[in-house]
Amino acid sequence: MSATVDDRPLLSVRGLGKRYGTQVGCRDVGFDLWPGEVLGVVGESGSGKTTVLDCLSGRVTADGGQVAYTKADGSVVDVRRLDEAARRRLLRTEWGLVHQHAREGLRMNVSAGANVGERLMALGARHYGRVRARALDWLARVEIGESRIDDLPETFSGGMQQRLQIARNLVTEPRVVLMDEPTGGLDVSVQARLLDLLRGLVEDLGLSAVIVTHDLAVARLLAHRLLVMRGGEVVESGLTDQVLDDPQHPYAQLLVSSVLQP
Amino acid sequence: MSGAALEVRGLAKAFVLHVQGGVRLAVLDGVSLAVRPGECVVLADPSGAGKSTLLRSIYGNYLVRDGQVLIRHRERVVDMVGAPPRLVLDVRRHTLGYVSQFLRVIPRVPTELVVAGPLRARGVEAEAALGRARAMLERLRIPERLWALSPVTFSGGEQQRVNVARVFVAEYPVLLLDEPTASLDAASRLAVVELIREARGRGAAVLGIVHDAQVRAEVATHVRTLAATEAA
Repeated sequence: MSATVDDRPLLSVRGLGKRYGTQVGCRDVGFDLWPGEVLGVVGESGSGKTTVLDCLSGRVTADGGQVAYTKADGSVVDVRRLDEAARRRLLRTEWGLVHQHAREGLRMNVSAGANVGERLMALGARHYGRVRARALDWLARVEIGESRIDDLPETFSGGMQQRLQIARNLVTEPRVVLMDEPTGGLDVSVQARLLDLLRGLVEDLGLSAVIVTHDLAVARLLAHRLLVMRGGEVVESGLTDQVLDDPQHPYAQLLVSSVLQP
Repeated sequence: MSGAALEVRGLAKAFVLHVQGGVRLAVLDGVSLAVRPGECVVLADPSGAGKSTLLRSIYGNYLVRDGQVLIRHRERVVDMVGAPPRLVLDVRRHTLGYVSQFLRVIPRVPTELVVAGPLRARGVEAEAALGRARAMLERLRIPERLWALSPVTFSGGEQQRVNVARVFVAEYPVLLLDEPTASLDAASRLAVVELIREARGRGAAVLGIVHDAQVRAEVATHVRTLAATEAA
């Protein structure tokens, strides 16, 4: 392959599985995530897409499988085998996690600025002025005005909270970001703004991301590649526009043909 | 593929509609054609013959299992059929441009940034990309007052010109054009004709669908029909 196409995936997932009692959360899920690539995971509620994300982040312990991650220093670790402290460190440094409900990813009892600055300080930044300046810079990038830096997230709208959560995650410049329905529950005008923001950030920072969404329009605009899930399994995968315009699997065809075209 | 920048060999495409009783539609069967640098091959079949399907199959928008789609990419030959997605994306970023009949964009993104997008994706610096985007919008006669607005609310003809602009701004070596002049007024049509001729002049290989007889006469070096390419 060509020089600009890296040879090693950032994330290589194989045979990921999770059962909840007799219920299948996900089964034999595998994919590679390449540097600079956005992978969309689509499917209806209960298809297992959030379970996959939770297994990756370690929020849920998978029953089996491998999550090989190539760290910034070039070493490869199986994220599933990291101890709790190492996993938490990874989530604070090289990975970011954006929850569907912003309040799960924010600390609601500290200011917007502190929410963003906290992750920097967790990595050892101590100079107050510099932390505040970086926080301000990131608030501006997600279009939150300087005047709001000392306000509590509680006073923000849903869309602003989501943007704050994104700033809190990206301030430490993670290499991989996991997002669960990042535009879910937002008004469409707010969604559009967030989509535009996410796409710009992904392009400018060369981020890699796994984005779980049930919204195929969001997937089309953000993801390079798609996994279609049903009943805990990946039934189809491929280039985003190919999967959406020429789906092969009966379920993928049903999913695409069921969407209302505005 | 001696000399050709794009070569299709024995391409077949069928759709199986599982949602509609498993009906199988065979659209293309054994299409072969080649386009050399500087050539513009225009497909002249009537509507419904599968011309758009061919362009989408070449672009990787439709999944092909039978045949080859060979493209000269970064000084080697890539077969788009069976290529991994990120290689297909690399070909699209650097080599293969496609003017579709529809404009799909993120709402709220200004037109000038939509047009600069392909250059930015290739790593061209923001100001330079924007400059080239604006120059292209001007050539395609999109009024300057519209550049900062999203094209979502533009008229059909304006959207079509934005679509043309964001492909031609990137000067791809291989171009797929699906009715690039449909719904355009005479002056805009002329601007597109000039862009196609310029592209040929710098050595681009162009495969297009053009129904307008006058435009076809002005841009085509070869006129083919799918029926003939299938028989060949």
